[in-house]
Amino acid sequence: MSGPTNDISDDMRSQTLAAAVAAAARTRRYGSWYVAEHRFRVMRSYAQTVLFTAVGSPLVYLYAMGVGLASLVDNNLGDDAVTGVSYLAFLAPALLASSAIAVASEEFTYPIMLGFKWNPTFFGMNASSIQPGQIINGIIISVAVRMLVTCTIFYVFMLVFGAVPGRLGFVAVPVALVTGLAFGALVMAYTATLKDDTGQLAMVQRFVILPMTLFSGTFFPLDVLPPYLQWIGWISPLWHGTELSRVFAYGLSEPIWLSLVHVLYLAALLAIGWVWARRLATRRLNT
Amino acid sequence: MPAPVIATQNLVKSYPVKNSKDFVAVDGISFEVAPGESFGLLGPNGAGKSTTMRMIGAVSTRTSGDLDVLGLDPNRYGPEIRSQLGVVPQENNLDLELKVRENLLVYGRYFGLPRARVARRADELLEFAQLADKAGAKVDDLSGGMKRRLTIARALINDPRILLLDEPTTGLDPQARHILWDRLFRLKEQGTTLLLTTHYMDEAEQLCDRLVVVDKGRIMAEGSPADLIRRYSSREVLEVRFGSTQNAEVADRIQSFGGSGFGERVDVLPDRILVYSESGENELERMTAAGLHPITSLVRRSSLEDVFLRLTGRNLIE
Ligand SMILES: Nc1ncnc2c1ncn2[C@@H]1O[C@H](COP(=O)(O)OP(=O)(O)O)[C@@H](O)[C@H]1O
Ligand SMILES: [Mg+2]
Repeated sequence: MSGPTNDISDDMRSQTLAAAVAAAARTRRYGSWYVAEHRFRVMRSYAQTVLFTAVGSPLVYLYAMGVGLASLVDNNLGDDAVTGVSYLAFLAPALLASSAIAVASEEFTYPIMLGFKWNPTFFGMNASSIQPGQIINGIIISVAVRMLVTCTIFYVFMLVFGAVPGRLGFVAVPVALVTGLAFGALVMAYTATLKDDTGQLAMVQRFVILPMTLFSGTFFPLDVLPPYLQWIGWISPLWHGTELSRVFAYGLSEPIWLSLVHVLYLAALLAIGWVWARRLATRRLNT
Repeated sequence: MPAPVIATQNLVKSYPVKNSKDFVAVDGISFEVAPGESFGLLGPNGAGKSTTMRMIGAVSTRTSGDLDVLGLDPNRYGPEIRSQLGVVPQENNLDLELKVRENLLVYGRYFGLPRARVARRADELLEFAQLADKAGAKVDDLSGGMKRRLTIARALINDPRILLLDEPTTGLDPQARHILWDRLFRLKEQGTTLLLTTHYMDEAEQLCDRLVVVDKGRIMAEGSPADLIRRYSSREVLEVRFGSTQNAEVADRIQSFGGSGFGERVDVLPDRILVYSESGENELERMTAAGLHPITSLVRRSSLEDVFLRLTGRNLIE
């Protein structure tokens, strides 16, 4: 550096830098939470629907399937015919995991399309000190909270219906959460690739989520299926989550390495979806 | 002169095009904005104004050239720069699922400001934007001008040092534009640095201390509005119409009248002829004396529109 003029401007420069660094420091650290805060405010506008579904669906499903269908199954096959427990005990953990998937398929599709395209609020966030990756984090955080509420309510109904024989049954709640997020992060990343929705999101509902629910050992064990359909279960996060939940809910017997595979598979999907979504958001918001 | 708050040097942005050369949207732009200045980018659609604004707003990575905002490089200090900016984008991106005031509350939090302070500032800004009575309204129920004012209020929530406004009044009716200009004047008076883009010459004349005329990603001229008009146009313009059938034929006579034509310069448009001159009245008298009788005639002061026409041979709004 040479000359007094340069020193002065360097000094001003470092002052501005210091002020800007201080102003952005909190956002660099907590930005994801600020985004989550925003999403909670949005969710508040449909909080009634959220709670109604969270209470209504366990009531309907546990009653119709767990009690109605179960009495048919148990009467015909005996009280412990399905993997050694009553049909209700078998079914309940799967329905719990499915309810997490249902929240994921709602929150990680249209709201993402909305934020990037229809009401591009993500671009608004990105113009502040917030960074694209933090937008993705914030959405995942807020959906995780909604999912946790939904799954907890579901679990309480499982207890009320006497569907949880095992003492570690409550672990099924975090398992369902991870299942929902692992699937949801991938769906979010996929949605972030869409420039426009010309029916792709409806296709995901019809050709991914529906078959996944049917063929993930939800209503009947996977090995009942013909071998050429069983792969659907193996790649399905719902099957891995459901099986793991059953281990805790009623002590489904499976080798420990398989339980480990469930955990690792779900964790891997979650990580891949999360990182992929962050990359896509960065690319899309930096134009 | 104090250190500029924005400095661009040969700034370039190009977008990849499939099976072809890259498309260069901003093609080597250089300018500086001083603190407290109100600086404009005037140019037609597609000139590269928004692209330039996004690079300065640290949400678009430049392809090449130098860019310095508040002394910082956006490639490295994106969040830091953005913490000092207020951004009014060309397309509104207010959250339609939230109420008017809520939009300000969530946005203030993005700068890490405490809730109580954001709430206080939100109320002040609603007052400033003349939206206090709409605080609890749905954003979708606001008029276009109100939405724009809300976006400006949102951009001010962090007390920015620079306000970036991308076509702040495009699509608004004249009354809404005047309300908005009035608000922007106030900010200017308070010493906020404004960087704005527009394709309205009257907006540029009203709001800008200095501006660059941009076309096809390049700067065509730079100066204060008065400067530019002095340099590239005459004091007055006489507009005459002879009817569509006569126009072309009369144009020849006007252009070649007395050797160099009427006035200092003549521009022939499809529907009218412009004569640039110190005094439009004088030219009109000479024209009538020469036996040319336009159907309508109008004498007006020269504007930035004329500057643009002179520089590019085209109108700002096509
Ligand atoms: N993300 C993008 N990808 C490809 N081309 C773009 C992109 N953004 C802008 N352009 C092109 O760059 C040019 C300049 O656009 P823009 O900066 O929006 O102009 P202005 O704001 O002056 O109307 C236009 O031709 C536009 O089509
Ligand atoms: Mg533009």
